[in-house]
Amino acid sequence: MADVMTAPAGAKASTGALMELRGLEAWYGESHVLHGVDIDIREGEVVTLLGRNGAGKTSTLRSIMGLVPRRTGSVKYDGKEFVNARPDVIARAGIAYCPEERGIFASLDVTENLMLPPMVRPGGMPLDEIYTLFPNLKERARSQGTKLSGGEQQMLAIARILRTGARLLLLDEPSEGLAPVIVQQIGRTIRELKKRGFTVLLVEQNFRFAQTVADRHYVMEHGRVVDMVANEDLNASLDRLHQYLGV
Amino acid sequence: MAGQSMTSSAVPAGPQESIFGFTKAQFIALLVMFAALVVAPFFLYPVFLMKLLCFALFACAFNLLIGYVGLTSFGHAAYFGMGGYITAHSAKVWGLTPEVSILIGALLAGVQGAIFGWVAIRRQGIYFAMITLALAQMIYFLCLQAPFTGGEDGIQAVPRGHLFGFISLAPDMNMYWFVAAVFVLCFLLIHRIVHSPFGQVLKAIRENEPRTTSLGYRTDDYKLVAFILSATIAGVAGGTKSLVFGIATLTDVHWSMSGEVLLMTLVGGLGTVFGPMIGAGVIVAMQNYLAEMGAWVTVIQGVIFIACVLAFRRGIVGEIGNLLRVRL
Repeated sequence: MADVMTAPAGAKASTGALMELRGLEAWYGESHVLHGVDIDIREGEVVTLLGRNGAGKTSTLRSIMGLVPRRTGSVKYDGKEFVNARPDVIARAGIAYCPEERGIFASLDVTENLMLPPMVRPGGMPLDEIYTLFPNLKERARSQGTKLSGGEQQMLAIARILRTGARLLLLDEPSEGLAPVIVQQIGRTIRELKKRGFTVLLVEQNFRFAQTVADRHYVMEHGRVVDMVANEDLNASLDRLHQYLGV
Repeated sequence: MAGQSMTSSAVPAGPQESIFGFTKAQFIALLVMFAALVVAPFFLYPVFLMKLLCFALFACAFNLLIGYVGLTSFGHAAYFGMGGYITAHSAKVWGLTPEVSILIGALLAGVQGAIFGWVAIRRQGIYFAMITLALAQMIYFLCLQAPFTGGEDGIQAVPRGHLFGFISLAPDMNMYWFVAAVFVLCFLLIHRIVHSPFGQVLKAIRENEPRTTSLGYRTDDYKLVAFILSATIAGVAGGTKSLVFGIATLTDVHWSMSGEVLLMTLVGGLGTVFGPMIGAGVIVAMQNYLAEMGAWVTVIQGVIFIACVLAFRRGIVGEIGNLLRVRL
């Protein structure tokens, strides 16, 4: 459905990197969790971060978003430096984060949850289009946010950041803990978002799932990026990946 | 494309039709409240009712902060008491009409809230509470020492004056209708604030502040505005109370007043629309009708507080709402 593309503002095919991480380091108190992460994401790409638990995938997303208090290095988005910016400024620049715990507000209903985020730039997806993309949410528009099923909550968490006009979506393990059919549905959603010109940085443990949506995969280990695999080479590099991921 | 798993349970999403932003249950409770406001003065002593309404309003203002933003201020007496002093001063020394005096009191309480809030919201949790307490204690000593407050004597013999310059508020019934009107207006204002898009951001901050900021909101600004609104309405409550009794005293700026409003809100039900009012009713009624028991009132209050925390944490209204499966 919805082959008519309504790409977010400025989302044309370009070759320059939309986001550039250079030597990104981060600390939680005393513990040094990122040791220099280098990642490039081009406009319109879906890129995944693969790695074992504790490799620093979520911390990378949180650092991009400014949620880790102490960080150094460079986070360039759309040519501007954001490594020392506050989270609300980063969000207003057009980066949207969908955390693993989803962060649905329990005291608000589905529509209120959808309407809560501020518009950061023109060109966000209108509400009825969001409802076309996520018909489940429309059915449950007046239900309390946390009374949805896990899959619906995940969809709500993703849907919520589409309205704002953000161009880069950071999705943290959207497939986690969900039934296989729902995972497929989330996969379809991500492909649909890519079609519409969104750029996605996806954290995943499940590389079978990642394979179905992504253009490239970065592999993280001990707070560093240790490898990069293009999706078409994934099958050829399976042994290497198995070693990294221990699966 | 979607639609598996949710077919039967999805349709009745819940009783959500609302009347002026109130759910059906809340609207019925609102009508009961209006009826009680109209009928009560013919059965109960109006001065007692006015006291109750002033504290109910104070508790509602406090609930705006603790219930909807999740900020526990432990210095709200400063705004309540200061509103009282400024209103009393305006009415007595400057001879202004009651509504203008209350507005000036509220305005100053709001300005004070802006300054104190700006300092306090930089810290979370217990530190926030301690900073608000420390600042409120400064106000207490200021009120003890400053010449215009009359120190230990307070400002006495404050005239109730004439509303809009021509309606005398000296008769208790006239004053009662005025207080009831002030209460209803502020109550509806708080309701409007909580149910506005601004209020939704406040609730989002209460639930998950990092998430709210990463959606693009400067949460400190929102907290500050909520703090100022709460302080201003507390100032209205304090100002009204000083006109009702014709006196503004140190009791209203003392830290125990901050504790009392917290107790009222907890007993009634945090984050409920009607809870603070019921809580204020319970506490004020106890102080009034059990007054001859002396110090035992405090003991009974303590027991109620413990019972509340141990057995019914949602507070009276919260528990009733839970039993009836409605939000009150």
